[in-house]
Amino acid sequence: MGLKSNLHNFREKNKDKKWLPAFSAIHTFLYLPNETTHNGTHIKAADDLKRTMNIVIMAMVPCLLFGMFNAGYQHHLAFGDIQQATGGFFSSQFWTMDNFMVGFWKVLPLVIVSYGVGLLIEILFAMKNKHEVEEGYLVTGMLVPLIVPIDTPLWMLAVAVAFGVVIGKEVFGGTGMNILNPALTIRAFLFFAYPTWMSGDKVWVSGAKGRDEAIAVAKEAGTSLDGLDAISGETILGSLAQNNSSMLDSAGDLWNAFYGIIPGSIGETSTLLILLAGLFLVFTKIGSWRIMLSSAIGALVMGLIFNGVVSSEWISSSSKFYGLMSTPFWHHLLIGGFAFGTVFMATDPVTASQTNKGKWIYGFLVGFISIMIRVFNPAYPEGVMLAILLMNVFAPTIDHYVVQGNVKKRLKRLKVKTA
Amino acid sequence: MGLLSKKDAALIKDPLADNNPITIQVLGICSALAITAELEASIVMSISVLFVLGVGNVVISLMRNIIPSKIRIIVQLIVVATLVIIVDLVLKAFAYELSKTLSVFVGLIITNCIIMGRFEAFALGNGPWRSFLDGIGNALGYAVILIIVGFFRELLGSGTLLGIPVLGDPIEKTGLYGFGYENNGFMLLSPMALIVVGIIIWVQRSRNKDLIED
Repeated sequence: MGLKSNLHNFREKNKDKKWLPAFSAIHTFLYLPNETTHNGTHIKAADDLKRTMNIVIMAMVPCLLFGMFNAGYQHHLAFGDIQQATGGFFSSQFWTMDNFMVGFWKVLPLVIVSYGVGLLIEILFAMKNKHEVEEGYLVTGMLVPLIVPIDTPLWMLAVAVAFGVVIGKEVFGGTGMNILNPALTIRAFLFFAYPTWMSGDKVWVSGAKGRDEAIAVAKEAGTSLDGLDAISGETILGSLAQNNSSMLDSAGDLWNAFYGIIPGSIGETSTLLILLAGLFLVFTKIGSWRIMLSSAIGALVMGLIFNGVVSSEWISSSSKFYGLMSTPFWHHLLIGGFAFGTVFMATDPVTASQTNKGKWIYGFLVGFISIMIRVFNPAYPEGVMLAILLMNVFAPTIDHYVVQGNVKKRLKRLKVKTA
Repeated sequence: MGLLSKKDAALIKDPLADNNPITIQVLGICSALAITAELEASIVMSISVLFVLGVGNVVISLMRNIIPSKIRIIVQLIVVATLVIIVDLVLKAFAYELSKTLSVFVGLIITNCIIMGRFEAFALGNGPWRSFLDGIGNALGYAVILIIVGFFRELLGSGTLLGIPVLGDPIEKTGLYGFGYENNGFMLLSPMALIVVGIIIWVQRSRNKDLIED
């Protein structure tokens, strides 16, 4: 007897045990259960929740691996260990084992904590409510490490994951019932609870915060500051918000922003890989192309409006919004977390609009509001997280009006016919 | 019970748990969210409401037979406004700093739904002694929730209780902070107060299934 039939038999024997959902979670993850439905007629489809989730995870793996390389590269670059990689994405100075290992040892604990805490809570709730553990957390658990800064302390992540899974998901009834995207709930919690670890110019490069503290200690003690240069791991958005566009003024900078060789949250920097992942999700019919496309359109429209405001000279160049407003509109798609949010978060089938027309409206507003918040948010120059959370709340309302509009249209047709 | 009959005791006991004005009737939420970032403010707010509701209920109950029903809301407002002004002036005279922290929320006790609710629902139809007990009971029910929320928000948000550091010093990195612990800034924002109140409601209803209405 192989492992598979052993597991099946084990499950059969322990049918009534309280911890069975925990076992089933592993069982279902490894094998298709040998349970069949007996009565009624059923339509079977291959794209069950597990398949869907696995495809999304596959789409995220390149971003994760790239994030590891980039984390190491940014770390070494900031500490002066290596020179700027020339040749962008295909540079051999970027794809080194050394870069990868630094990032790997930083990112792996985040992934483990995210999955460990999240699945533990899912299993506890499944045992309490006597249902199977749902696969929803597989994707959330992978998304979370990708959207936090590299140096996020593990206990903070654990607290945030616990909060996000319980308050964002389980209180509403678990996977499929949540109003807000759990991964973004977790990030929003981190953002509001521990802002010093989530924003500013010291959190995006591994070790930059530590270096700052070392400098403070050395200053206090009056010892020499040799070799202790402060590290600025400023993101492009951060510098634009301070009316400094020098990080994005050459074609090479733009290409690097597209490839993702810039400081940022772990997995969201590479627009190229996110674009490929988006195409993959659209091709496998997992992600909604309507949301992705309309969100990009929304962002471009808002960017164009801001550009228009600048070119008609309605704001002075000394305004604090000038830097971000005057950024050419299409640059907004390359920088910040916009691409990642649009492809992986806005398209979350649970929290997005369900109707096709609703998806267009929802996506457009996500993009539109993202860029609006990005420009006007005084504390933190990024808006995609807040925009998606806001639109998550409005998604059911949008659907309601789309459906009602359809009902009205059909009623009208009915009246014409009967008359 | 020697002091109170069973019926009277219920007037005090019910609002503490199974008929709590905040978690069951969901009244008085506004102030519960606004002033609970510090435990001290929560306690002072609770005492203020205790005074206003206790005295106000008695006053309304005494006048219940002479208040024309058409203008009863105005009469109630005058009573509660008078009491609130007394509280406000006392706070300004003896606890000026605190009164600044509570700012408009002392004045806004006037609009606290719990108070008008008890006037309307109880004091207008019952004698002064029972009205007094009802007022005290509801104010205590309000106080319990405010103090629980204030306790957690101050402890997790600022690491202090009643202004005294209990988790160590965040600047000197002593106590818990030495291990890398940090205060949770979200706790100081009003949305988190709503979530804490929500968690209390959740815990209460999962312990007592009768409270779940559907």
